[in-house]
Amino acid sequence: MDFSKYQTEGFYDELFHADGRPRQTAKLLIDRLNSLPEGEIMRRQKSAEVALYQMGITFNVYGGDSGEEKIFPFDIIPRIISAADWAPIEAGLKQRIQALNLFIDDIFHDGKIIKDKVIPAELIQSGASFRPECVGLNPPRGVWCHITGTDLIRDKDGRFYVLEDNLRCPSGVSYVMENREVLKNTFPKVFGPSQVRPVEDYPNNLLHTLERLAPDAVESPNVVVLTPGVYNSAYFEHSFLARNMGVDLVEGRDLVVQDGFVYARTTRGYKTVDVIYRRIDDDFLDPLAFRPDSMLGVPGLMEVYRNGRVALANAPGTGVADDKAVYAYAPQIIKYYLGEDAILPNVPTYVCWDEKERDHVLANLESLVVKSVNESGGYGMLIGPHSTAAERASFAEKIKAAPRNFIGQPTISLSRAPVIVDDRFEGRHVDLRPYILYGEDIRVLPGGLTRVALKKGSLVVNSSQGGGSKDTWVVEG
Amino acid sequence: MNGSGMISRVAESIYWMSRYVERAENIARFIDVNQYLNLDLPMEDQMQWRPMVEVTGDVALFERTYGEANMANVIRFLAFDQEYANSIYSCLKMARENARTVREAISSEMWTQVNKFYQMVRQASETETVYESPHEFLDEVKQWSHLITGVTEVTMSHNEGWHFSRMGRLLERADKTSRILDVKYFMLLPSADYVGMPYDNIQWAAVLKSASALEMYRKTYRRLSPQRIAEFLIFDRQFPRAIRYCLANAEESMRMVTSSQPGVFLNEAEKALSRLRAEIDYTDIGEVTMAGMHQFLDNFQARLNAVGEAIFETYFALRPLRPAAINRRGS
Repeated sequence: MDFSKYQTEGFYDELFHADGRPRQTAKLLIDRLNSLPEGEIMRRQKSAEVALYQMGITFNVYGGDSGEEKIFPFDIIPRIISAADWAPIEAGLKQRIQALNLFIDDIFHDGKIIKDKVIPAELIQSGASFRPECVGLNPPRGVWCHITGTDLIRDKDGRFYVLEDNLRCPSGVSYVMENREVLKNTFPKVFGPSQVRPVEDYPNNLLHTLERLAPDAVESPNVVVLTPGVYNSAYFEHSFLARNMGVDLVEGRDLVVQDGFVYARTTRGYKTVDVIYRRIDDDFLDPLAFRPDSMLGVPGLMEVYRNGRVALANAPGTGVADDKAVYAYAPQIIKYYLGEDAILPNVPTYVCWDEKERDHVLANLESLVVKSVNESGGYGMLIGPHSTAAERASFAEKIKAAPRNFIGQPTISLSRAPVIVDDRFEGRHVDLRPYILYGEDIRVLPGGLTRVALKKGSLVVNSSQGGGSKDTWVVEG
Repeated sequence: MNGSGMISRVAESIYWMSRYVERAENIARFIDVNQYLNLDLPMEDQMQWRPMVEVTGDVALFERTYGEANMANVIRFLAFDQEYANSIYSCLKMARENARTVREAISSEMWTQVNKFYQMVRQASETETVYESPHEFLDEVKQWSHLITGVTEVTMSHNEGWHFSRMGRLLERADKTSRILDVKYFMLLPSADYVGMPYDNIQWAAVLKSASALEMYRKTYRRLSPQRIAEFLIFDRQFPRAIRYCLANAEESMRMVTSSQPGVFLNEAEKALSRLRAEIDYTDIGEVTMAGMHQFLDNFQARLNAVGEAIFETYFALRPLRPAAINRRGS
């Protein structure tokens, strides 16, 4: 099994040039793979899968009661990014997060950007993730989005674009670390000399970011991770992060509000909680402030937060900038707050809320990707070139009925990377989700999660839609 | 114990994780001892599988599903029945569920082993041969349980969570050792004539064996005698499956959690456990025999249940907060 028959088929390939030569940064890996004895690559793939399974890096299979779990599919061939390609990604993400944070703060205070007519008030206020309850909130140190996982894609021309800003509860960072651990054992001879930038300090940086949010008077803050519970599909990650930060993992029922503080119920009575890394959406956080039917949250939590006696990460309300119609304005947002041009471009986006742009979308459904502004996980989307006439007609109706809920984008031909398919290598489309922490300064985890659409030709990389993942190496060169 | 307490739900899950692993091990011991007993009995007295079901207290459930109490049915019921909450399979499923919810609080090695243990049982349930010769499987269950106990010992900090794990394991074991002794009494009921016969000795040896106690017993008492055996399994201070050993060490762990001094109790759980331990300390085998073994064991099990309830109330139950109960920072 080697790369002699591997074809890039006209796509931008992460490891190969169009003429079939490996890229400089991938050469060591490809040479090594080509030199392995027959069957060895498959053997390593299998043993990586076994390792992941035994580490329990699994997700629940819904709808079955056999307690069966599957591993998130993992392909051992890493995706390699050169330091030269990485530098503008890192700079671009820092710039973008800084601007989006200023934007969120502005929206919930003076709304200058609206008054200056850069973005229409109606577009903001009509967003399903706009939380009027957050107006006037002052999160500690002015930071709203402490943890972000921005989705990037690479087009035919090799350029990276921002596809989505995940500012609420982005997941996947635990896979980055577990994938790395497994891959170090899989290709030790390539890993060492490649000088891959490490990802292992993420939990430490995360803890530091969280501790910094504690009320000033607190000397050694009590940080907890708040999970919806063991049946949540990202539970593994919640547990992973708590474990690697050495803090308690709690559910809503473990917390209680009393006398203006949040407490955790412990074997020695009630213990004050200072910082909550919550992996529960705004809606479910506090039944007294948001959805009254939420069983997952903590009644009274928002009141304590408002009074500065507990910190929440991310701050409630960040979803306002995580709306795909607002995303379309990111370049203007960056320009407005920082006076700079965006380093990382957006994918051109037509906001259906605007009549002219809507007409363009409706007239070009066949070539566009249409997305619902608030869905994630690859749901609620139409991929024009892969769709049937009936699907397009039904989507057109949906767009006309609720234009604010949709955007259209040209279909990007996502870059590809080789994956193991039976006894050969084939190219599959990938994206990239780097993770950004906003604490004292803004830090970007080198690399991030490469998600791969394992189905041939598919452009949907989400794990709920048959996607898998790869380790992502940022290497010098 | 230093520290400021752990999340109650987490403590409870660790406690139950260990209880369920220990329970699975003891069910395996149960089935195994019965199989031994049967093999040594005269042909006409074999097929004594019904007492195994009786001692569980779930006869009605068994009869509804299986009818006849033969070896295959009883094994299916006690080892693999997914509907029956106290089958080995169900215990492992619960142990694993509990471990899964506290993965950040236990070591990765513990989670990995509990998960593997569960997978092993699940796979065994799908092989047909296990119903005819279960010995190998039962042995494997015991070994996995020992492995997890060992892994817990050497990979997890001996912190509060560890003490809850130890408490769960030892209280479960104390209960099950008392039940293994009790099985012998159930077995005797249909044929009291065996008392003093070779079969009787064989049976007692099997009881000891099922508690992995035969060799250790011999080092202490050499000759097999029913009274001595009961004494060993109830009152020995050094044998880790003996009731007294279990209680003393569970008590020690509980005191580590609460940081209380011997002779003092700070909550209902300590009161219940220390009192029961003290009673065992100040009882001898003569009194047990006089009162009737079954009576004694029955009463012990009820008291032990009460200890379990007190642990739940004291450390795990989520009650409405009273201002006086709040521990401000620094206290």
